Amino acid sequence: MSGDSLRDKLLELKGLAEQSNVDVSRELAALELKLQLPLVPPAPENEAWRRVELARHPERPTTLQYAELIFDDFLELHGDRNYGDDPAMVGGIALLNGLPVTFFGTQKGQNMKDNLKRNFGMAHPEGYRKALRLARQAAKFGRPILTFIDTPGAYPGVSGEDRGISQAIAVNMKEFSVLPVPIIATILGEGGSGGAIGIGVADIVLMMENAYYSVITPEGCASILLRDSGKARQAAALLKLTPRDLLRFRVVDRIVLEPPTGAHKDKAGAAAALKADILASLAVLSRRSVESLLAQRHQKFLSLGVFHEEEARRKSLLERLRDFF
Amino acid sequence: MSNSKGIQGWIRDLIEHPVQKKRDERSFIDQKNSCPSCHRPLAAHELEAALYTCPHCQHHFRLTAWERIRFTADEGVFQELSADIETANPLEFPDYEQKLAAAAQKTGVKEAVVSGLCKVDGQEVVLAVMDFRFIGGSMGSVVGEKIMRAMLVGAEKRLPVIIFTSSGGARMQEGILSLMQMAKTAVATQALEKSRCPYFVILTDPTTAGVLASFAMLGDVTLAEPGALMRFAGARVVAGTIREKVPENFPLAQYHFEKGMIDLMVPRTELKKTLGFLLKTHAIPQGGRT
Repeated sequence: MSGDSLRDKLLELKGLAEQSNVDVSRELAALELKLQLPLVPPAPENEAWRRVELARHPERPTTLQYAELIFDDFLELHGDRNYGDDPAMVGGIALLNGLPVTFFGTQKGQNMKDNLKRNFGMAHPEGYRKALRLARQAAKFGRPILTFIDTPGAYPGVSGEDRGISQAIAVNMKEFSVLPVPIIATILGEGGSGGAIGIGVADIVLMMENAYYSVITPEGCASILLRDSGKARQAAALLKLTPRDLLRFRVVDRIVLEPPTGAHKDKAGAAAALKADILASLAVLSRRSVESLLAQRHQKFLSLGVFHEEEARRKSLLERLRDFF
Repeated sequence: MSNSKGIQGWIRDLIEHPVQKKRDERSFIDQKNSCPSCHRPLAAHELEAALYTCPHCQHHFRLTAWERIRFTADEGVFQELSADIETANPLEFPDYEQKLAAAAQKTGVKEAVVSGLCKVDGQEVVLAVMDFRFIGGSMGSVVGEKIMRAMLVGAEKRLPVIIFTSSGGARMQEGILSLMQMAKTAVATQALEKSRCPYFVILTDPTTAGVLASFAMLGDVTLAEPGALMRFAGARVVAGTIREKVPENFPLAQYHFEKGMIDLMVPRTELKKTLGFLLKTHAIPQGGRT
């Protein structure tokens, strides 16, 4: 059986498992890990840096290019109704194989001029608030939400601080956790820190094969911890920011395999792969009741983290999470 | 609660060692005998009486977690929560264990936040206080977990939650897992929404990056101490990303207050009174979570 059909089988199993009363999620997750790991080549010394470089490749498809390729049609909607419209965060309503969905994501430019307009994909508070506005609109109309992440980070300058970038990101994480519709987030390229998680709270997190997701850029980490911004390559490896690492930490749920030449060389191929994984993920999520959708989303984020504690105690706390939300 | 363990049994589980041990109250303040802001001489008893603020220029010295607890909680029992969860090294980051050990040795605390049950102005609360001395108050898995649990305990026992923040942001040595603590703590605030428990944040010097952009900005009421530095992006990140001149007072809480990000600037000597008022105006009918 090929990897692809195995993966389809797994998704089907997941759906069935959710309809039954038996909790096999751990077994399924283990199976998925086994299934996905061999598909990605083993890490050479410089794998992390290679992913970072490819994630930043100037020819890499942007959110709007993926939208063109994935949706039957879409309508871009603008503005946060409060301050302005942020060209670094785009979004709107789309038809995905005939199904209305809401999408939004950070948008990098396709050339220097466009990049200046798009602020290199670094969104301002109004961008995050636009995303929240569209997300609430999606909740009202019961549309699934697709978010696309490709940003070096939220804009760190004075204009961002003045309009409350910290508050905007914090509020998004809080509010996304209770939206009563399926949310699928995809790390397309750069998953830069707070700028990424600000639209990254989702039921299923997908990640392109040549992407990274990190608490800080390799350069930032190098300059702070290694005292040498030139050691970015080394920092990238230390940060464990590749799709394989993130799958292992359960931060992402699936790696979207790019065509052999990479998304930058084969945009249509990458979009087709992503579309297939989005459709499969939606099929899984659409079987969940709203209650179960939200409970599992809470569980997913509240159980992230690695530390030492008596296993039984942590487990009993996690089992009770449902009571709190 | 339908759980067979009985109401709040799990909270008892978290109260491992009601801290009888000697609390380490080593201070930020060295043997210096003058104020770093106005350079006037300071006597130890004056400083203590003014809760470690300069009686001349109101410079606010940083506090350790236990000093803050002493200045905030009523005298009596402070039942520490989840005191025994231990930091791991999931990324196998070089020298992280040594760094943790050195921080614990230097500070007398095991992680960058201390949380527990106590009373403030006669009202039972959940109090969590960050300690900047511990690897810059950075948030890794343990800090995120303890903040989340403080909120869940508040929701379960229907108590107000008070958090004093002081942090450089996410802890780099735990990489992506630290970033996820931002989401985790932000999501956890929904438990307080559901149970309608008040959540008060006091931003203290400094509160930045991943902590500011998560649970620190989600309080029902957000206070800040004068002079507290707060910003989303550290100076080095800004310098490495964009070229921009920043206003002189830009990193200070006062600036963000003027921009509408903070409810009130409160000098430390007034803080207990302000918290008392907030607690009084947010009284929760007791009787368990509904």
